[in-house]
Amino acid sequence: MSRPELQAPPEIYYGDTEAEKYTNNTRIQQIQADMTYRALELLNPPQDEPAFLLDIGCGSGLSGEILDEAGYIWAGVDIAPSMLEVALEREVEGDLFLQDIGQGFGFRPGSFDGAISISVLQWLLNAETSHPTSSPPHRLTRFFTTLHSALRNPSRAILQFYPTSDDQVQLITSIAQRAGFGGGVVVDYPNSKKARKVFLCLFVGEGGGGGAQVPRGLLEGDEAVGAPESEDARAKFERRRQRESRRERNGKQKAVKGGKDWILRKKDLYRRRGKDDVPHDSKYTGRKRRAIF
Amino acid sequence: MVRLITHNLLACHAKGCTTNNFPLKLTDVKLALREADFNPDFLRGFLPRVEWDALIQASREIGDTSLPVERPEMLDDDLLRQLHHVLLEIHIDEGSMTCPNCGHVYPISNGIPNMLLAEHEIW
Repeated sequence: MSRPELQAPPEIYYGDTEAEKYTNNTRIQQIQADMTYRALELLNPPQDEPAFLLDIGCGSGLSGEILDEAGYIWAGVDIAPSMLEVALEREVEGDLFLQDIGQGFGFRPGSFDGAISISVLQWLLNAETSHPTSSPPHRLTRFFTTLHSALRNPSRAILQFYPTSDDQVQLITSIAQRAGFGGGVVVDYPNSKKARKVFLCLFVGEGGGGGAQVPRGLLEGDEAVGAPESEDARAKFERRRQRESRRERNGKQKAVKGGKDWILRKKDLYRRRGKDDVPHDSKYTGRKRRAIF
Repeated sequence: MVRLITHNLLACHAKGCTTNNFPLKLTDVKLALREADFNPDFLRGFLPRVEWDALIQASREIGDTSLPVERPEMLDDDLLRQLHHVLLEIHIDEGSMTCPNCGHVYPISNGIPNMLLAEHEIW
């Protein structure tokens, strides 16, 4: 099936059924959560006081929940009313707005300490009508200029999106630069088809802590090797990620695939789905066989 | 779920509306109170960004008179708690926001303000 942004405009594509499907899909939840954590890593907001963030295209609040958890106060905008309704049902903490980001924001200058956006920008790349104000460059220009003024100096905006071609990346970055942003594109796992993620890392002024240098993207081998690399070339939070992945490896906190916990979880899932002949749980479940010698 | 904290940042963004477009006037509001965690550090950091006059005007429009008219010099605990209540705990569920300059009405329904513009209002 073709990409969702090519099928219909977002407020129509994310109708009631699609909004529910999107929010209840555990795989999407996981991907969104991972990308939000990574975006926060790259955002690197000031640590001394809780920041006030803007979530662009907050949707049903999957990313907002993570912002809540991390203790940020935030406001979110989205164009799909059905998604916002789901967000209301889920009782996220942030303020929600029904807004078309291609029409620009009305926030006063310097309102936010940072902005994140997960899987949104690609929706701005299609023209809905032939009217000059709905051409993608026009809408992008309006979006980036108003975003630039709504952010504090210094601060950052991290926008994850799914480009279909390098031309799109080129178009977006050039418009962002013209709007006054510094920064560039960070590509995580560039050699993987599935895990590849593109983050637009935009700086207002010096871009907050860590200088105005664009952080390095993650590579496949990183977590295993511990990648000896100059410190300031990476996002500040990355050490936390490494600590966590190390802890996972040592403490076996995560259910290892094929382990007893994993088997029990899977069997439980199959039973809940009503699958027939799921084997019983017993003391032998997931037990290792003794090596015979 | 518009709270006064975001209302205080919101100006009209219709085409050509660049002066006197803040603060949006609140009318016909239905309020809901929801408790939130008290976070004095956040308030202290956020307060310099608040337009005090606009906040006072908005809080009077929704019928809350607990805040002093003049921007206070000193922040004591009582005042922070009042600010916390006004900025973060009062939610506007229904109502409308009107631009004082161009008169554009942004309706708030079900706690979500509709900020969409008509075609002739887009820049």
